[in-house]
Amino acid sequence: MAGSSYVALPGGRFVSALAGDRGQAQALKIAPFAMRVAPVTIAEFEQFLARNPYWARDRIPQLLASADYLKDWASPLRAGTALPPSAPVTQVSWFAARAYCASEDAHLPSWTQWEYAAAADVRRADARDDDARNQLILSATLQNTGHAPGPVGQDPANVYGLHNLAGLVWEWVDDYGAMFPRPDARDPGQGNSLALCGGSALAFHDRGQYALMMRVAVLSTLKPDDSTANLGFRCVRAIGE
Amino acid sequence: MNKLLLMFCAVCLSLPLVVRAAPLPSDSVYRLPPLMLVDQQGQSFPLASLAGQPRLIGMFYGSCHMVCPLEIETVKKIQQQIARAGGKPMAVLLVSFDSQHDRLSDLRQLAREHQISAPLFQLTRVTEGDVGLLGGVLGISWRAQSDGSFVHNAVLTLLDDQGRILAHQDAQNPPEAVFIQTILAQQNGAR
Repeated sequence: MAGSSYVALPGGRFVSALAGDRGQAQALKIAPFAMRVAPVTIAEFEQFLARNPYWARDRIPQLLASADYLKDWASPLRAGTALPPSAPVTQVSWFAARAYCASEDAHLPSWTQWEYAAAADVRRADARDDDARNQLILSATLQNTGHAPGPVGQDPANVYGLHNLAGLVWEWVDDYGAMFPRPDARDPGQGNSLALCGGSALAFHDRGQYALMMRVAVLSTLKPDDSTANLGFRCVRAIGE
Repeated sequence: MNKLLLMFCAVCLSLPLVVRAAPLPSDSVYRLPPLMLVDQQGQSFPLASLAGQPRLIGMFYGSCHMVCPLEIETVKKIQQQIARAGGKPMAVLLVSFDSQHDRLSDLRQLAREHQISAPLFQLTRVTEGDVGLLGGVLGISWRAQSDGSFVHNAVLTLLDDQGRILAHQDAQNPPEAVFIQTILAQQNGAR
């Protein structure tokens, strides 16, 4: 696929900041996988739509996208000059993100895969206990809130060669709908006002990860047909199947 | 005369085609990108081919020992309550979200254990297409656990003959009266 590159991550034992169903720390085993170096860009999504017009905003079935879907694009297939082509594509539903990844023989990362990849910094595979680093991520996240995301790949790559895992955009993950035990996950965006504050913190055993908690809180408010101006995605592939 | 007969036949033959060609509504589950399924009898079919009659649809995975058997029991209770109220048996489709592990033999065994028979009650796995899209529109989410099980919810959805979502029922709870009423109303409307 032109323009898109993936790098291999070794996997291994990983303790998620997200608590298990009884509030305990979860040591998970992560299989090796390959992840897209950066979020999918506007230019890349335009190419996808040219090949798959089913997912254009004027054709996509109502169940798969809300009214906000690609609404700032100049036309159904073209973003237009106001949106930088190298910025991450946003205003895409979880459904469309899945379809894009499938077109690259890939899929959306699980939350655990995403969290594992984002635990790294430029030198270390797991930099999460570095308070200064955590504070920096939080500041970058807060600074970017409310602004249109700039081009991908402008930050230094982490130890795996990945960009933009902090600060630029929120990202869809495959299993976001099942991240919290809910009596009824039919409509994750409804009826759970706690999800924005205490609800998410309660699901964390490591409460030092504020930026990560914000990310989970955002995801927990979304329905799969939702799309927002600060929500993009990247894809992963299995290795060695 | 022959010509007239031919024309008449051509009209007769074309009628069902015209009906079939009517586009499904934009909020139809059958408008999802193609999803190929295979049922416990080994019958392969596209999801969209199920348009034409109201249907209960839900999801499960084969090695699930708690919620999924409950889901099947809830389906049976729904059928009993519809029958008691004078309704017809509902077509039911359950789709596995664990195509990687659920083989045809697993579906067959599950159908035997629960005395489920196709074509009225189909247990299926996906052979082609993205099952996640179906889960998303039905409000069903799952998350693989390291022991091979899944965290998931269980929802039964009533679709009309065009594939529009009419009502949901938590599959772990006894059928709600309003859900049964909606099915009966749908059957009466369709008659």
